[in-house]
Amino acid sequence: MSDREYDAIVIGGGHNGLVNAAYLAKAGLRTLLLERRHLVGGAAITEELRPGFQFTTFSYALSLLRPNIIHELDLVRHGFMPLLMPSSFCPMENGDSLVMGQDRNENIKEIARHSPHDADAYDQYSHDMDMVVRAVKPLFDSVPPNLFDTSPDGLAELADLARHLRGIEPTVVHNLVRLLTGSAADFLDDYFESDVLKGYLASSGIIGTKVGPMSQGSGLVLLFHSMGEHDGHFGKWAFHKGGNGGFTQVLARAAEALGTEITLNAEVERVITTNGKATGVALTDGTELRADVVVSAADPRRTFTEFVDPRELPADLVDSLRRYRYQGTSSKVNFALDGLPRYPSLGDRSDMFRGFTNIGPTVEYLERAFDEAKYGWYSTRPFIDGAIQSTIDPDMAPPGKHVMSCFVHYTPYELKGSTWDAEREQMADNVQDTLESFFPGFGDLVLQREIVTPLDIETVAGLPEGNIFHGEFLAPQMYFFRPAPGWNQYRTPIDGYYQCGSGTHPGGCVSGGPGWLASKQILKDLAARSSQRT
Amino acid sequence: MVRRSPFHDRVAAANQTSLWSHWAGHLVVDKYEMSEKFEYTAIRNAVGMFDSSPLYKYRIVGPDAERFLGGVLARDIRTCGPGQAQYTIWCDDRGFVNEDGVVFRHGDDDFLLTAAEPNLAYFEHLVGSQRVVISEVTDDIGILAVQGPRSRAVLAALAPEADRLAYFEHTDAKIAGAPVTISRTGFTGDLGFEIVCAADDANAVWDAVAAAGEPHRIQPFGQTALLMARIEAGLLLIDVDFEASRFAENDEHRSTPLELGLGWMLKGIDDEARPFIGRAAIRRERDEGTSRWKMVGLVVDWEDYDRKFTAAGMVPPKDHTPVHEDMMVYDDDARRVGYATSFMYSPTVQRHIALARVRPELATPGTNVNLEFTINHSYVKVGAHVARTPFFAPDRKTSMPDDPVAEPADDETGDAS
Ligand SMILES: Cc1cc2nc3c(=O)[nH]c(=O)nc-3n(C[C@H](O)[C@H](O)[C@H](O)COP(=O)(O)OP(=O)(O)OC[C@H]3O[C@@H](n4cnc5c(N)ncnc54)[C@H](O)[C@@H]3O)c2cc1C
Repeated sequence: MSDREYDAIVIGGGHNGLVNAAYLAKAGLRTLLLERRHLVGGAAITEELRPGFQFTTFSYALSLLRPNIIHELDLVRHGFMPLLMPSSFCPMENGDSLVMGQDRNENIKEIARHSPHDADAYDQYSHDMDMVVRAVKPLFDSVPPNLFDTSPDGLAELADLARHLRGIEPTVVHNLVRLLTGSAADFLDDYFESDVLKGYLASSGIIGTKVGPMSQGSGLVLLFHSMGEHDGHFGKWAFHKGGNGGFTQVLARAAEALGTEITLNAEVERVITTNGKATGVALTDGTELRADVVVSAADPRRTFTEFVDPRELPADLVDSLRRYRYQGTSSKVNFALDGLPRYPSLGDRSDMFRGFTNIGPTVEYLERAFDEAKYGWYSTRPFIDGAIQSTIDPDMAPPGKHVMSCFVHYTPYELKGSTWDAEREQMADNVQDTLESFFPGFGDLVLQREIVTPLDIETVAGLPEGNIFHGEFLAPQMYFFRPAPGWNQYRTPIDGYYQCGSGTHPGGCVSGGPGWLASKQILKDLAARSSQRT
Repeated sequence: MVRRSPFHDRVAAANQTSLWSHWAGHLVVDKYEMSEKFEYTAIRNAVGMFDSSPLYKYRIVGPDAERFLGGVLARDIRTCGPGQAQYTIWCDDRGFVNEDGVVFRHGDDDFLLTAAEPNLAYFEHLVGSQRVVISEVTDDIGILAVQGPRSRAVLAALAPEADRLAYFEHTDAKIAGAPVTISRTGFTGDLGFEIVCAADDANAVWDAVAAAGEPHRIQPFGQTALLMARIEAGLLLIDVDFEASRFAENDEHRSTPLELGLGWMLKGIDDEARPFIGRAAIRRERDEGTSRWKMVGLVVDWEDYDRKFTAAGMVPPKDHTPVHEDMMVYDDDARRVGYATSFMYSPTVQRHIALARVRPELATPGTNVNLEFTINHSYVKVGAHVARTPFFAPDRKTSMPDDPVAEPADDETGDAS
């Protein structure tokens, strides 16, 4: 194996590594992808933990996938199949609920039941969000300028950005700033009065991040989660056939069809550098592999402090990375169920389970769940983003049975005075008790539960401190600064060594954006290098 | 008063939208659910059920039944043995298509033909002295289509015979004690079956299918979902993609089998033992190369589409609702070279697709053309390329349960890019 030569080696078979390797192979590079685990997918995998029951261990919904990737990598041919989630269900503590569906007029009536004022406010909100998303989309989908690059090219990139921003309508810019700097709760208060509607929408402002909906910064998270696009609709999410693991299997087939070689059970120990230039990688089993381009699709901590020696890096970068925040606060509790839960006030209805079930009935509920996390503990009554994927994908569970993925907030990585090994069962009990309080008899349906704490996310999937996005979505860690000031263009201080994981722009979620944009940068650099030579 | 299908009681109970339309004089559901896209997704991802009872149905029996159909239908009925079915067309003597339908052969002398429009007089006038009796059985029969990847599992639970049916085969069976015919046919381009039953047994059959389908997430689907699936399947629709020659106002509204891309149906057309209506004209058209059009698939260039809408300050629409109006097709020199008759955004193919007719010399897959859209109230041409139909043809559509799983083939998605 050691004498094999590659043009590019991608470290890590998460979805971004797969996307990146596929684009590099498509451009004609002999590309090798190395994955530490026995399967590709990283945080986007599906596992059959009980015969016939498919668990989405970590991520569970297709959120921000960039549509061009579907086309450019020909994913449909390899089985890409997003499944519409036709509803969102928000149970309330008084037994009532908000059920949002696909029909605008039905939604208006449903919202009006809670607040007539909010009915058209909802249309206004959706429109305003769409306008902001449209303004941000070109920035989301391009390599960000480097603030510290004073070369003519670098200045031209900044000028392009300034021109783009100048072209945006002032009211849209103002909304954008309100979102980027403010709290989700304040932003929503400007539109709505209904607690349940605000709770439902504010939930998108906390996912994966250690902020409460009333914290400054939750607006940014809300905006980020609205950047998704499904069949031409912004902010719409889908399930992939076979869960998110079904999706990463599609990516792996597409990458292989384009010529990527994938090696599993291959853990990279370090990147080999010669005179400040990357020349290959060394695996933990001692194997050395050569390539001119090495791409880390892992998190920034591994990329900069494990695969290479920090002594090889500029001091300000090392310092920035030390300050880069992970502080994961999310867990998963996944259930195998004997049947569908019942929501008493909806009788025998079950159609509302065909999308997200949002246990976060008010902004206050969410904020109180956050309070405990501030002081190093996990929520007694957590926010839960539930998804019974088997209601729309029969391949997820045996006939008549179901799987329910529950994403849980807040469960801080660092507990005060205890450990996750000691608290995991209690955390899952809190989740199950909360569900029981909304769905009497829920516990009787549980056949099995899988508990995934932040520590599990770190040790199994490899995401530092269990942060689901390879680092917090905080303004100082985004765009110009992701993962570090001056190193937001997928390059590293080591020539030929690149980064393409969720710790790079645009960030986490199953978007493929980092992997795709990094490939653009790498191919651009290679083209420049070869034109210099000739 | 508009008629009700034999399944009406069940259909009405399942229809949550109160949206109804009329099809062949029957009350039919547009969509059962608020989201037709959800119903459509069930067809591609799980299983759906559809009431296709309003089709006209003719029983054709008698010692000369095969000879009669052989003379009327353009596709060779002799190749359709008992227990088999055929998608077929019938033409006029100028070689223009009148209609299409599916014929099921139950015995040597016993056929059932389904059609979208009434045809009794047309057929009866062609009987002459042949020993054939044609009777309309439209109201006596219910047809329930069960379509989608889980359809085999649902049917097999009710009637094990269904498990071994090959594509376009049918078998007699019993469902809920009622005698039925189960065929491996449908209008979705997916794995699927149709159950033909006596009208009186319709409710019992519906209930049995619904119960057997429940664990597989079966979903009733309406017209809109069906019409989405059929475009992806490349299946033509009368009065949308073609018109019956006998009622057309002029030749611009008529099409030949070759023009409709149905040349594959004409196998054995040179066999002198089988003269059928239109044969001479169709052979002449073939030999002299006088086809005016060729029906093809078009796949819109997604980049060009996104670019043009975005430049116009719009979010590029991706609407799955089928558009059944002419859209003009141009070559790169802005000459009009055809028109699309059905258009949609396909959630499965993830592209805008169209069934269109273009000049025959442009019909090669991969040929670039331009499709005309209205953007901000102006006509704008967007790039597209000719693609093979069906746009979506999963292996399961034609495979048997124990067939090995096939690798994706290069030309299968119908997308030549
Ligand atoms: C619990 C949870 C729920 C989530 N829910 C959602 C959701 O519903 N929707 C959504 O869009 N996003 C969700 N996310 C976020 C999303 O899943 C991640 O942002 C995304 O999957 C990260 O992808 P990635 O390719 O950047 O990195 P990863 O998926 O982390 O991939 C990195 C890969 O590198 C490999 N690796 C690490 N070190 C080495 C080494 N030394 N040698 C070789 N390989 C190595 C790892 O094994 C891993 O496969 C969730 C995340 C978590 C954890």
